[in-house]
Amino acid sequence: MSSEYDTTETLDVKGQSCPMPVVKTKQAIDDLETGDVLEVVATDSGSMSDIQGWATGTNGVELLEQVEGDDVYTHYVEKTA
Amino acid sequence: MSTDTQTSSTDEFDAAELQELRDRVDELEESVAETDDDGGKKMTIIATKGTLDMAYPPLILASTAAAFDWDVVVFHTFWGLDILHEENSKSLKLSAVGNPNMPMPNALAALPGMDAMATKLMEKKIDDNDTATIEELIDLSVDQGVELQACQMTIDLMDYDEDDFYDGVVTGVGAATALQHMAESDVQLLV
Repeated sequence: MSSEYDTTETLDVKGQSCPMPVVKTKQAIDDLETGDVLEVVATDSGSMSDIQGWATGTNGVELLEQVEGDDVYTHYVEKTA
Repeated sequence: MSTDTQTSSTDEFDAAELQELRDRVDELEESVAETDDDGGKKMTIIATKGTLDMAYPPLILASTAAAFDWDVVVFHTFWGLDILHEENSKSLKLSAVGNPNMPMPNALAALPGMDAMATKLMEKKIDDNDTATIEELIDLSVDQGVELQACQMTIDLMDYDEDDFYDGVVTGVGAATALQHMAESDVQLLV
């Protein structure tokens, strides 16, 4: 999967369902440095709304983009603080 | 209104009085800043049910709220205690009776073995769907700083031992502890 972002790390949560994509994204973000971009690859269609909601309601992260592919949902989250 | 008297009386403020007021304003601003604590939200969930289906919502909400950096307490009481009970949590049951969405009439669902069958079916669905297990959600919640509390009165009532619960579970708490956190919370739920 190619992206225009310089992703620091990829988190694979394919096959996992709510609340795992959000919770694991949060844990992965905690381990990164400010300015890093995390790529999250999920198959849970609910992750589109959930990761957006989480990123909006959480300080220090910014959702850069969400890409809806064939049964795969890819999210790009930047750690901003 | 009495604006005239107000205006005329401002001249009578002496320096000491003004300074006192300024200090008081500073003090209040400081205390407002402290209580504002960068918008961090709090949530309290009271978990009272111990069936397989009712064990999920509190833990899913708690672990997700922790991902939002919320301060989360789940107070487990009555049958909700079984969710935290290491042994019992692995054999939570689903009731076949009293749920109109079950694909069988209540008269049939009440027969022996039907709860076990409904539970097996649910467990299979959970497994097939890769839905997290209760144990996984508990570990995840504790790892993220969720405080899982076990009501002391119910522990005594059910004759449980404090060692029966998962590591990280807080015992020795009661209604007052739960209420205190609820009063400070932005979200309070009874499940």
